[in-house]
Amino acid sequence: MPIDKFKKIQTPAVPLPIENVDTDQIIPARFLKAVERKGFGDNLFRDWRYNKKDEPIVDFVLNQSKFSGQILVGGKNFGSGSSREHAAWSIYDYGFRVVVSSFFADIFKGNALNNGLLPVQVSEEFLEEVFAQIEKDPTSTFSVDLVEQTFVIDATGSSFSFEINSYKKQCLLNGYDDIDFLVSRHEKIAAYEEQ
Amino acid sequence: MKKTLFDKVWDAHVVEQVDGGPNALYIDRHFIHEVTSPVAFGGLEKRGLKVFRPEKTTATPDHNIPTINQHLPIADQLSQNQVDTLTANCEKHGINLYGLNHKWNGIVHVIGPELGLTTPGMTIVCGDSHTSTHGAFGAIAFGIGTSEVEMVLASQCILQPKPKKMLITVNGDLKPGVTSKDIVLYIISKISTSGGTGHFIEFAGDTIEKLSMEARMTICNMSIECGARGGMIAPDETTFEYVKDREFSPQGEEWDKAVAYWKTLKTDEGAVFDTEYHYDAADIEPMITYGTNPGMGMKVTETVPTGEELKGNDKVSFDKSLDYMGLEGGKAIEGKAIDYVFVGSCTNGRIEDLRSFAQFVKGKKKAEDVVAWIVPGSKQVEKQAIEEGLVTILEEAGFVMRQPGCSACLAMNDDKVPAGKYAVSTSNRNFEGRQGPGARTMLASPLVAAAAAITGKITDPRDLL
Ligand code: SF4
Repeated sequence: MPIDKFKKIQTPAVPLPIENVDTDQIIPARFLKAVERKGFGDNLFRDWRYNKKDEPIVDFVLNQSKFSGQILVGGKNFGSGSSREHAAWSIYDYGFRVVVSSFFADIFKGNALNNGLLPVQVSEEFLEEVFAQIEKDPTSTFSVDLVEQTFVIDATGSSFSFEINSYKKQCLLNGYDDIDFLVSRHEKIAAYEEQ
Repeated sequence: MKKTLFDKVWDAHVVEQVDGGPNALYIDRHFIHEVTSPVAFGGLEKRGLKVFRPEKTTATPDHNIPTINQHLPIADQLSQNQVDTLTANCEKHGINLYGLNHKWNGIVHVIGPELGLTTPGMTIVCGDSHTSTHGAFGAIAFGIGTSEVEMVLASQCILQPKPKKMLITVNGDLKPGVTSKDIVLYIISKISTSGGTGHFIEFAGDTIEKLSMEARMTICNMSIECGARGGMIAPDETTFEYVKDREFSPQGEEWDKAVAYWKTLKTDEGAVFDTEYHYDAADIEPMITYGTNPGMGMKVTETVPTGEELKGNDKVSFDKSLDYMGLEGGKAIEGKAIDYVFVGSCTNGRIEDLRSFAQFVKGKKKAEDVVAWIVPGSKQVEKQAIEEGLVTILEEAGFVMRQPGCSACLAMNDDKVPAGKYAVSTSNRNFEGRQGPGARTMLASPLVAAAAAITGKITDPRDLL
């Protein structure tokens, strides 16, 4: 499906200061049987969020009302493990638009970008600043500007310039995925066929 | 700039070099089958898109169809449903479909070349990793995922970064009893299942040049088993001869123009590859696999490796693999009793394969305890096998030929090898459970399979030649 256009956002963030958050934790394998891309947000971090009796585990960040927002801040090596695209789907479907970490697993990063979820890679020091700010005040906001490629801690004004492949940047800004991109090239493709 | 064969074909198909991104590559030929296409059509529908160039896509059901009683409805509901969905999608979008019982039905990688849909210099994709087969014609052919199938349906293009280039040469005369399947199993055993990662391979050298098109297809088919994106061979007279006068191949003036272009499709003297390997045909002997990946291959006459040079996790997975196979390191594999023989698949289900199998078993008798599935790669192969009298030879030796399909190659239909049983198979993958849960697969050439079918044991076919 075409993805939503990525707009500038300013929101609080949810902290998950754990390293190597793997795709099996993001969405356990037993939830992959669906044939349609629906309802994956409900099962995001399923086994961290709910106990065996399906009761919310109160300590987990997604169950704490003080945390909210469209930004998920994770520890180093976020998204390692399998290539399941469901991991990106579930984070997106839950309502996140940005994931911040100091390092992303390759395949997860690609899958995220293909699904309208912006992975923002920052330095380890900056990541610490972000976690510290959320701890100090969970309601404080962060601004993500894709055009400028900046991530700003609003309370302190501290800013980080992140990198993104220019093609993928255009896709996100315009709400295109690879298929939309190719369809937008129909004329060019037809011209190629004429040669 | 000196160019390789791969560069020439690739560069001729780049519609756009996407800024800071991959290449938009034009696709000349797209093959689809019942298993990986339904979700792609679903996606297209959701976007409200039509198939951009329906005439460039060709469909055939092959993966999960039965190989007996094809005139009856498929007993397995889910399989029937996938086949029906393919049919409905093709009707709706005006795509040529060669359905069950059609005279051109068959395994997608067998019918493409057979119908002249595969020609030199093309870009060819299909939602099946063994699309690399078509590279034998000097085409860039590779397998794609379901979302990429949707891309091709929507735009006749695909976004792809350009892979690295690898050259593999084989020179010298092959010994008697050694076939192209042995060549490719030998190469994979040397460079391992990841040796080709990130690369597109060109196979060259006089040994390769002397091979028939069928034999070349077997090699390119398995090029992806060493991790490569695909493999290709420069087109030559053998190629032109094969392609000429097929159903969809260029005719008349078009043909002459095409051949003139195809003759330019070879690697320039001095062009550079990222990686090279060179082999001597004299070192290659009949091969068989003993483990659970195609890189675990050995000469039929050798003893099973012990893996003693391996360390840590590598050793653990090596031992696990031998354990699954029920084999012991240091012991001979010759003489090991087997239960099943499968001759077929897009690797070795062509007429030449059936010929060599039939020739070998002629005047001999199938071992009583062995169950043998002889599955032609297509309706046309089936017809030819009957016309050439191969089926009669097979029947006299105690074999029955089944109807075409992927069959025991991936065991999506009923052709499953039971747990713990040994199968000598001419297909391309010996992963755990590939031919059925617990099945023990040993990959080999049709000749090694024939020898095993006659003696009931792993046998060097040269002993019976
Ligand atoms: S025969 Fe096997 S490898 Fe070939 S297309 Fe069918 S399933 Fe794939």
